[in-house]
Amino acid sequence: MLITNIEYLPGKEIKEHYGVVSGSSVRAKHVGRDIAASFKNIFGGELKGYTELLSESRDEAMGRMVAQAESLGANAILNVRFSTSSVAAGAAELYVYGTAVKAE
Amino acid sequence: MEQLILFAVLVLLGYFFGRNAERKHLQSIREREEAFRHLPAIMLKRPLDEHMIAEYRLVNGSAVIAIDYFKRLVASLVNLFGGSMISYESLVDRARREAILRMKEDAGDASEIINIRIETSAISKSAQQSVGAVEVLAYGTAIYRKQV
Repeated sequence: MLITNIEYLPGKEIKEHYGVVSGSSVRAKHVGRDIAASFKNIFGGELKGYTELLSESRDEAMGRMVAQAESLGANAILNVRFSTSSVAAGAAELYVYGTAVKAE
Repeated sequence: MEQLILFAVLVLLGYFFGRNAERKHLQSIREREEAFRHLPAIMLKRPLDEHMIAEYRLVNGSAVIAIDYFKRLVASLVNLFGGSMISYESLVDRARREAILRMKEDAGDASEIINIRIETSAISKSAQQSVGAVEVLAYGTAIYRKQV
């Protein structure tokens, strides 16, 4: 599966459009991580636990988007966008969407 | 009285550790930015040269950086009088530069990264108590060229 965030495929021709495909993932970290994060808030610095959490759930969201595109018979996803929002306390929603196409 | 001592200790800890962490982080950012000079991350939607492209793929990098206790105190004082919040400016700046560097690391031996987007979001633990951290995600399409 070819995934890009540009609007066309250099060197390839788009044969068919399948519309928007998307994937989302809502995740929370366990309390231990939250406590570690509040300590970090005194000293400053990177919250590695949260960085990990967000990239894991971003990968999960991407996986869901790819699965949806595959089920439609697409072989590429164009113009991919990410968006993050905090829906509940201690949880974040990662949403990723793009256009599924068949290219040759 | 005890609360006052605790507060002063937290502020001092935040000041020394936070300043130290920031200085080290900025130092490492500068070094790595220098090392990645050869890989431009640009906002153009098309590759610079459409021939000789071997491969392209989506790359991303993200970083969550927390603010320290001292900076938060300074920021809440600035909030009373108004003005620019330098302490938050440097926090967001560090997070952005770190995210871009991680995106470049993800791209490996690409020749350029096009159509980059940078997205910032605040991370909060609960409605009342904010953790005071900022997440930055940078993403783009890495272009790999054929070796001649």
